[in-house]
Amino acid sequence: MANYLLIDFGSTFTKLCAVNTEEYSIIGTSSDFTTVETDINEGYQKALEKLFDKIGKQINFEQVIACSSAAGGLKMAAIGLVKELTVEAAKRVCLGAGAKVDLVFSHHLNKNEVQQIIDKKIDIILLAGGSDGGNSESVIYNANLLGELGINIPIVFAGNKSAQDDIQDIFNKYNMNGHICENVMPSINVLNINDAREKIREIFLKQIIAAKGIKKIEQQINKVILPTPSAVLEAAKLLSEGYLEEDGLGEIVVVDIGGATTDMYSICESTKRSDVIVQGLEEPFAKRTVEGDLGMRYSAPGIVKSLSEREIKFINKDKGIDIVNEVNRRYSNVKLLPENSQDEFIDQFLAEMCAYRAMHRHVGRIQEVLTPMGKVYNQVGKDLSDVNYVIGTGGVIIKSNHQYEILRQTTNILHNPQELRPNDPNFLIDHDYIMAAMGLLSKIEPMAALKIMKKHICQIRGNQDEITK
Amino acid sequence: MKTIVIGVIGADVHAVGNKIIEYTLTKSGYNVVNIGVLSSQEDFINAAIETNADMIMVSSLYGHGEIDCRGMRDKCIESGLDKILLYVGGNIVVGKQDFTEVKNRFIEMGFNRIYPPGISIDEALKDIKTDLGE
Repeated sequence: MANYLLIDFGSTFTKLCAVNTEEYSIIGTSSDFTTVETDINEGYQKALEKLFDKIGKQINFEQVIACSSAAGGLKMAAIGLVKELTVEAAKRVCLGAGAKVDLVFSHHLNKNEVQQIIDKKIDIILLAGGSDGGNSESVIYNANLLGELGINIPIVFAGNKSAQDDIQDIFNKYNMNGHICENVMPSINVLNINDAREKIREIFLKQIIAAKGIKKIEQQINKVILPTPSAVLEAAKLLSEGYLEEDGLGEIVVVDIGGATTDMYSICESTKRSDVIVQGLEEPFAKRTVEGDLGMRYSAPGIVKSLSEREIKFINKDKGIDIVNEVNRRYSNVKLLPENSQDEFIDQFLAEMCAYRAMHRHVGRIQEVLTPMGKVYNQVGKDLSDVNYVIGTGGVIIKSNHQYEILRQTTNILHNPQELRPNDPNFLIDHDYIMAAMGLLSKIEPMAALKIMKKHICQIRGNQDEITK
Repeated sequence: MKTIVIGVIGADVHAVGNKIIEYTLTKSGYNVVNIGVLSSQEDFINAAIETNADMIMVSSLYGHGEIDCRGMRDKCIESGLDKILLYVGGNIVVGKQDFTEVKNRFIEMGFNRIYPPGISIDEALKDIKTDLGE
């Protein structure tokens, strides 16, 4: 028998998924509210009871492992030198590690910015700046300032290698919680994610989850191993690449619309064309972006903020709703579930907006440049036009009666023809909400995780006309 | 080791000379940061900040170098690169103009060394050695 229990301690719900890795099957899933304010165990026990009720009996698990985005998730500040270079590289490392990047700073820090790091209760700081052998003055200045102002939250230094010794001295001098890593941008436009990302995950496990009251649960379960978004990224990578003789789905995009954020993942090369000149910082093969202002509840006002007054008027008139009012209602009652068709309609509309805008910010762009040598194509960001599948996950997509309409927004190039959005992808849905769980399972039993995903992530609901339209 | 940022500015895709410059300067013991073709002023400046460069060497082969280079020194000053050396060379203006005049215009724009068409990188190397030290 090989039964595993996989848990996702989310910001709102604690989600359980029990699997049998020999039969490649899901035994059952359940969820209940996350109770991190009191004792995280309460919500977990309730969800566990529900799970056993569903299965009809108590079962034993070989291993119980969890990922977590409870208590605000992993909150990070990314600091670099130049916005387009080390700042962007630092940001991508944080996102790849499954963090929420709440603060982004460039060049020399000032006291106000350091105060923001304290006020926003940042969990980990990533300090970058300078290519190897390049600028070291800026990172040394910033490390000194953080030390002088008594910052004792974990700091990961991943900047200019030549500054490492000076930075270590500063860490020692001020008795800081400092960690030294490889440079996130060792030379211009080259991105080096892995070392810093692993260090962030390690600190998350050793220090952050304890501080967030999640450690209490460790007597009940074996361990918490990843931040939730990081687990989803692992799952997406496995599903795309395959494992040993089991093929993956090839290039994929995953869109996860939640209450507070919309996460977009793409697993593909930045371009396959030989006739384009790619510019800017190197793109990660497995890329995650997070839109903190696009979400169904906490971040619903952000969706309206991104609209012009004219668009709001148009929507109100066209759809017969008061969108501003509706959005505020969702913001002030984040546990609101659609009660009637109007509520469903508005949630559907908001979800479509999230998918459209999140893709707008994730995807690369191509530009025709006319030169005396003829036409040249200049690309910035990732080319997703040949992606095979766009996969939807997150409550609103899974529950929607018009899933196709939401996912279709990721391919909509109506206003931005230069965007390299997926051209003609197949749409799939994570019906059972298992992607985070499978990311966890992929760390122990990748084959089982892959086969279960291939079985359970399937075609969208809805009539075929709508799909083929 | 002294660091030099090189690249081809503007909507210009002449890649061969750029590679020759990279090869020669690297062989002469400089740390060369090559940002390649189709580069903007900002690309040069950003690379120079991150790499703590001593010099930016701009190539332009398609005749529009003068337009592409305008305001570059000001941007360097704004970015804290007051002392960085700016070199430019190639076919930097349209047509066959008197090079002394061209040179003066580029000096006014804040460039330190300006090279006419047909100059090989070996000739510029002497100036680089003088300006940066061996």
